[in-house]
Amino acid sequence: MNNRYLYEGASGPWELVIGLEVHAQIISNSKLFSGAATSFGAEPNTQVSFVDAAMPGMLPVINEVCVEQAIRTGLGINAEINLVSVFDRKNYFYADLPSGYQISQFLRPIVGKGYLDIELEDGTVRRIGITRLHLEQDAGKSIHDQHPEKSYIDLNRCGVGLMEIVSEPDIRSAEEAAAYVHKLRSIVRCLGTCDGNMDQGSMRVDVNVSVRKAGEPFGTRAEIKNVNSIKFLAQAIDHEAMRQISILEDGGEILQETRLFDSVRGVTRSMRSKEHAHDYRYFPDPDLPPLVLDAAWVEEIRRNLPELPDATKARLMKDYELSPYDASLLVSEKETVIYFEESLKWLRPSNVKTVKLLANWLLGEVFGALNRESKTIDGCPISPAHLAGLINQIQEGVISGKIAKEVFVLMWGSGKDAPSLIEEHGLKQVSDDGAILMTIDKILDENPGMVEEYKSGKEKLFGFFVGQVMKAMAGKANPELVNKLLKQKLGVL
Amino acid sequence: MNDLIRLTMAEAKDGLHRKMFSSVELTEVYLASMERNRSINAYILETPELALERAKESDQRLAKGQARSLEGLPIAIKDLFCTSGIQTTAGSHILGEFKPPYESTVSGNLKNAGAVSLGKTNMDEFAMGSANITSYYGNVINPWKRADGKDLTPGGSSGGSAAAVAGGLAIAATGTDTGGSIRQPAAFSGVVGIKPTYGRCSRWGIVAFASSLDQAGPMTRDVRDAALMLEVMAGHDPKDSTSASLEVPSFEKALNQGVKGLRVGIPKEYRVDGMAEEIQNLWEKGAQWLKEAGAEIVEVSLPHTKYSLPTYYVLAPAEASSNLARYDGVRYGHRVSGKTLDELYENTRSEGFGAEVQRRILIGTYVLSAGFYDAYYLKAQKVRQLITQDFELAFQKVDVILTPTTPAAAFALDEKPTDPVVMYLNDVLTVSANLAGIPGISIPAGLSKQGLPLGLQLIGPAFDENILFRVGRVIEEAAAFKSFLER
Repeated sequence: MNNRYLYEGASGPWELVIGLEVHAQIISNSKLFSGAATSFGAEPNTQVSFVDAAMPGMLPVINEVCVEQAIRTGLGINAEINLVSVFDRKNYFYADLPSGYQISQFLRPIVGKGYLDIELEDGTVRRIGITRLHLEQDAGKSIHDQHPEKSYIDLNRCGVGLMEIVSEPDIRSAEEAAAYVHKLRSIVRCLGTCDGNMDQGSMRVDVNVSVRKAGEPFGTRAEIKNVNSIKFLAQAIDHEAMRQISILEDGGEILQETRLFDSVRGVTRSMRSKEHAHDYRYFPDPDLPPLVLDAAWVEEIRRNLPELPDATKARLMKDYELSPYDASLLVSEKETVIYFEESLKWLRPSNVKTVKLLANWLLGEVFGALNRESKTIDGCPISPAHLAGLINQIQEGVISGKIAKEVFVLMWGSGKDAPSLIEEHGLKQVSDDGAILMTIDKILDENPGMVEEYKSGKEKLFGFFVGQVMKAMAGKANPELVNKLLKQKLGVL
Repeated sequence: MNDLIRLTMAEAKDGLHRKMFSSVELTEVYLASMERNRSINAYILETPELALERAKESDQRLAKGQARSLEGLPIAIKDLFCTSGIQTTAGSHILGEFKPPYESTVSGNLKNAGAVSLGKTNMDEFAMGSANITSYYGNVINPWKRADGKDLTPGGSSGGSAAAVAGGLAIAATGTDTGGSIRQPAAFSGVVGIKPTYGRCSRWGIVAFASSLDQAGPMTRDVRDAALMLEVMAGHDPKDSTSASLEVPSFEKALNQGVKGLRVGIPKEYRVDGMAEEIQNLWEKGAQWLKEAGAEIVEVSLPHTKYSLPTYYVLAPAEASSNLARYDGVRYGHRVSGKTLDELYENTRSEGFGAEVQRRILIGTYVLSAGFYDAYYLKAQKVRQLITQDFELAFQKVDVILTPTTPAAAFALDEKPTDPVVMYLNDVLTVSANLAGIPGISIPAGLSKQGLPLGLQLIGPAFDENILFRVGRVIEEAAAFKSFLER
């Protein structure tokens, strides 16, 4: 076990054990068992069918689109698809659960064991087991802060299809947990099965955390709910780990309980334990026959899956000799890959060198600028064609890398392409030997002392001369040529 | 005009088509009879204006030669079927004045076939009962009287429907049957009642009791009417995932095919303790009739029969406890406020549900609870499989099974069992068909010594209702049973 997985307590190192339950809202026009619409942000109680409101005599009918989405997701996480699965009722009373039970899958989920490979910043790859994926209904929403005594109920979300994806307790650090959710999100987005928007609640994470001394059996776990961003996920895990370690080191015991993450204070706190523990009384839903899938249909879905992030990454590494890290950054969001591959179409010539240069620019300059302005790649003011155009100008020696950064800023602000901006601002690189030589002569003349020192062995001063020449030519001189000519000059002098 | 009330659906249909009388006239006869017989409490809600309106429309269609299969025939709808814009109670206080904004598939099918609804019939609360005494709207009185003149139960839970058809308050009625709720009241009231194969009729829009057992069916004056009416009620419904995607055969065509060469099974395990001697005799007589008509009588074994009742009383309450969770006072129906959400639930459900319903919710909650699930619910599911298998094996040997419908004739309301388990015994001969999902029909076949109707039950293989109509017709002819109205 690598050291970075250990949390240091007063009594020595502790190991973290984490399992995640991710609820991913299925992209589908209608709900899991009713024809009501599912769009986010609609007026309260406008997307509610008689089935969702649990009117007497109403019956659920499975939405085939949701089933297909679950299968796609299952295949995307390398999992077994169970050709027979069963819907169960999870019984509990709450005002935003009109039928008094949630239809879920308890003993026989639609998707069985699978895994995800996550890549950490140092390049390590870890395989995290997935226990299962099952289909279930979402509940409605209770709104408690609009009236002093009353609560309001919005059933728009009630009955919307969710995929609950449960990991094995294979995760050992907050970083891994974040990487796992990130990876899962990139897969469901790539598949188009969930939009992954954690802030809108269409992807929600419950975290099971326990600590133990290395080699010991699992400790008692606490479940943290209400974690609605990857940043908070890491914070919640760190806080919860330290909380548990300090309790254990003080001789206390961990309660198996549900805790809420308070993102304002950065702490987890106990949801007041109810007087009565829930007994969900799961049993097979008699309104729904077992879900039986046609193996040929599953195979057809498998054949039609888009290229998944791992495969895209392998392809990028193979075709363009990108590093694993760069490749995984490029594939972490579907939109980034699309942008990258679109820009490749405009690259002249397209070879290992130019592609790598383009990737560096995308991951460095473009991402830096996007982050500064809190934009996503979809909102990037520079089009893929224009980014490739900029690289082409560098490649053709029209501008230097340094000037390119200036051009980039101009492009970002104007949306214009590189060639016209270079023209407009006179940024074209000077590759004329005569002009460069003239400047070199001038600089050497102006600095006889330095030339003297260089010749007496202070070869480091070479950089000084390059700098002076470039500065005198406003950065537009071809740096390779400057180097070459300067070397000749200083050599012959 | 009072002769009209004795007509079967088929006869009345014929009369309407031959312009011997109009649908309005026929409907008025029934409305008057309903008013006269209000004391038997067969209806929870009468809808005379709507009925007359519909009857008028039917007369117009009849006049234009556009009659549909049940055009102008005045029927009653058990109050478990949601009827659009018309109060639906399920015999319970908890639904308050709930008016569904939708029509159940089955009642809609009847409406679309031209049937005229007279109103909603009384029933045991949420269909839980065998004597129609758990209704919030009071018990129903059987039109039949015993020699001692005491008020009798019409059976349950479709007691209002049975009493209405027997007493001339509707030409036919819908019922639902979860453990015997069509067949037992049919037997007690001297009418025909069929529980079709599970999945034959859509459950969409029927207030659920136990989803894996509930099935709608007709309650009629004779076997032909049952065939006629079931043909309209049945059919695949994409809104009910458990409804069978099968063509509905012509049931009427099966009626006169006779029983020559058929093998009729007599299950020895149905000779239950406490079965009245006169029932035993009727059963033998039934077998004799069929033998005389050319059938072969074969003894069969259904070895797990004795477990049917306990299995049923685990599974049905389990499903009910979950199905009835939606009656919480939050969205519709009766509400009793409380300071907290839990109090609202407790107050509403304590006041809204009657004792029997509460008992079954408690039983159902118990058998699904952690620690008890395996011993009760799971075991009951396994036994259900064995019971289903019993029938599958039996139907390899025989075409149909003959049994009595009930172990005794209707009992007086003041002798109703105080022990709920004794009450549950009423279903002992009927529940197996529900557990196995197969069709069963009750046909009035004779009278008890006290002059009360007794029924014989035929049980058939899944989706073979035709065999029930075919054999049922032979029993009906042999028995020459005189209905209450014909006496």
